[in-house]
Amino acid sequence: MNIDRRKFFKILGFSTIGLAAGKLSNIYSKNKVVKFISKTAGSSKEFISKRILAKKRYAMVVDLRKCISQQGCTKCIDACNRTHNIPDFGEDKDEIKWIWKEPYENTFVDQENFYMTEKYNDKMVPVFCNNCDNPPCVNVCPTQATWQRDDGIVMMDWHRCIGCRYCMAACPYGSRSFNWRDPRPFIKNINPDFPTRMKGVVEKCTFCDERVSQGLSPACVEACTEKAMVFGNLNDSESEVRQLLKENFSIRRKPGLGTNPEIYYLV
Amino acid sequence: MYDSGKIIVGLIIFVGLFTSPFWYDANSKAGEKPDLVLPAKENQKACVESAAFMRSSHMVLLNDWRNEFVRENVTTYTSSNGKTYDMSLTNTCMNCHSNSSQFCDRCHTYMDVSPYCWDCHIEPNNPESSK
Amino acid sequence: MLEYALKGNKKYWSWLFFLALVIIVGIYFYFRQLSYGLGITGMSRNISWGLYIAQFTFIVGVAASAVMVVLPYYLHDYKAFGKITILGEFLAIASVIMCILFVFVDLGQPWRVLNIFLYPTFHSLMFWDVIALSGYLVINVIITHVTLNSEFESIAPPRWIKPIIILSIPWAISIHTVTAFLLSGLAGRPFWLTAILAPRFLASAFSAGPALLVIFCLIIKKLTKFDPGDKAIKELGLIITYAMCVNVFFILMEFFTTLYSAIPEHVSHFQYLYLGLDGKTKLVPWMWTSAVLSVLSLVFLLIPKLRNNHRILIFTCSMVFLSIWIDKGLGLIITGFIPTPFGKVVQYWPTVPEALISLSIWAIGIFLITIFYKITLSVRRVLEI
Repeated sequence: MNIDRRKFFKILGFSTIGLAAGKLSNIYSKNKVVKFISKTAGSSKEFISKRILAKKRYAMVVDLRKCISQQGCTKCIDACNRTHNIPDFGEDKDEIKWIWKEPYENTFVDQENFYMTEKYNDKMVPVFCNNCDNPPCVNVCPTQATWQRDDGIVMMDWHRCIGCRYCMAACPYGSRSFNWRDPRPFIKNINPDFPTRMKGVVEKCTFCDERVSQGLSPACVEACTEKAMVFGNLNDSESEVRQLLKENFSIRRKPGLGTNPEIYYLV
Repeated sequence: MYDSGKIIVGLIIFVGLFTSPFWYDANSKAGEKPDLVLPAKENQKACVESAAFMRSSHMVLLNDWRNEFVRENVTTYTSSNGKTYDMSLTNTCMNCHSNSSQFCDRCHTYMDVSPYCWDCHIEPNNPESSK
Repeated sequence: MLEYALKGNKKYWSWLFFLALVIIVGIYFYFRQLSYGLGITGMSRNISWGLYIAQFTFIVGVAASAVMVVLPYYLHDYKAFGKITILGEFLAIASVIMCILFVFVDLGQPWRVLNIFLYPTFHSLMFWDVIALSGYLVINVIITHVTLNSEFESIAPPRWIKPIIILSIPWAISIHTVTAFLLSGLAGRPFWLTAILAPRFLASAFSAGPALLVIFCLIIKKLTKFDPGDKAIKELGLIITYAMCVNVFFILMEFFTTLYSAIPEHVSHFQYLYLGLDGKTKLVPWMWTSAVLSVLSLVFLLIPKLRNNHRILIFTCSMVFLSIWIDKGLGLIITGFIPTPFGKVVQYWPTVPEALISLSIWAIGIFLITIFYKITLSVRRVLEI
């Protein structure tokens, strides 16, 4: 065979690309094998037995008049950290927080008011992911590792996240944290009912989607002794959240950005 | 051929070096099947799918479960024997195959694959371990 | 032609050896980063993009700048650029490879990078950025291979390469536009939320890129028998002048809109950069250096006698490059996060491992350029083979 060096490398290069393309298409088709078996084994109704079919829109109402976080209360934060194996690194740089408290003027930073009522001078506000109706983080994720569920909750898939942190740049509320290092050694008491995460993925509050799917309310809502946090379905006109919003004045963080945040603060 | 002495000697050395892993392991346990500890006879109902299917496709099954559970919020799986199972590694699979180092790791170590399940998921009987 | 890269004099090999050392140091620290996590860098929860993405943004501009020599030569038959278009295209290839490496080292889970292709997301600009950059790399590899090979065989390049070269012109514009879109569509980051970000990126790219090309050409002229041609350098100098004028003009436009409207959300970023905010002033000396360098370089560029003097020109081009590197490679990305969405000022500075990994990626780029130019110049018989 009369072949020169350049031709040899060209053939090598193209066959490598061809093999890789073949392998990739293999991956696409393999995932379908199991689906086919399980779908044909039982009827599709059994397969989708627990699917959320009703169109819900979950939201949270936080009553700042009842919240006592400025007195040092951290019950909601502790409940979340316990339930979801949030690590404590002891410093700010690598910190991971799903729910925490910020001063009022930092939370509503677009509403500068130098003559704000005095009782809000030291007010602390529990902040967490707003699970926006029009989430910019979902818009920018290149792998759909974060997406919006039918019931409005913005989900995280830690198996797919590549750790590019584009969602963190896109979030106008600073709700997201990144695992800058392995979190396991820094978790005080591991809750065996919820996974930890690995280094290199982004995480955030997901309105306790795993509890909500089972009909429970989020851990922070359950933990609040002042009943300052209420969780519910906005599409249900009889729900408590709808009643609260009908009867009380509420504000949201940075509403002008068009993200439609679904945490309503009663002031 | 030219330099036939050098070439043949070189070829023999090359073949020897190339096959050296086989010679090195000739008397070791590398040829034996990995020793899996299966669930005790009393507990043993049946696995989600047949052993042959699991041997070839348990990774695909777990991947599919993962996508269906996390992304589509589907929680039950109907296997080819008609029974339904919860799609959960820690609650379903580990319920019977309760010790990963005596079951999962045996084949994985033999094949030199390291799936990172336990980086995040918590082993039911070993919550403090990180792998 | 690849064998030309394997033959060289002592200077050539010691240069490559020095670069290889820098690269190896970076690889070592990258493995440290893989095992510890990205916490080894100076990035934090508030400043989640740092030196890596900043360098990526800057180098995409350099990659796009090849169009500044390709366009006049192929669309307007400007023969003077004939000898240097391939140098520009090789610079583009090395730059795109550096961009891909910078994004790769920035990922928290780099082994999952194929997820971008397995689960394409058409509403994500990052997906389109990956497509645009990969496509640009492929286009330039094909172009350089075919044109250099034709030169090697002393024949005219095949006719089908012309449409591909023409395609590289809008594609070059698009790679930097899409990188700007990555930033300028984010409602939550007012510093980047400006329509002029993409034009600013292009203007600074078309200043910094040709400036680097001029520096390379003048270095090669000194080291080898290759003469890019006085006319080509003169025209490049003119292009850099116009582009730098536009670049500085655009920056002044940003100043006006921000400072005149005085919206605190927008002003605070500029205040942090040029005056310091809440007593935090880490980037202030850098930004003023960049400003002074850009004004000074404009003076040297606008005066024809100084622009056409090659010894001064290489110095001026270095000022242009450095000024834009500070502005884009340091100031732009980090300041998007300061102040945070809560109005607090948190600062960022790269750590030693982060800086060394970045340096090694630059070394990889320069390594590639050295090899590419060595091959090109050997083919042209202006270098001892």
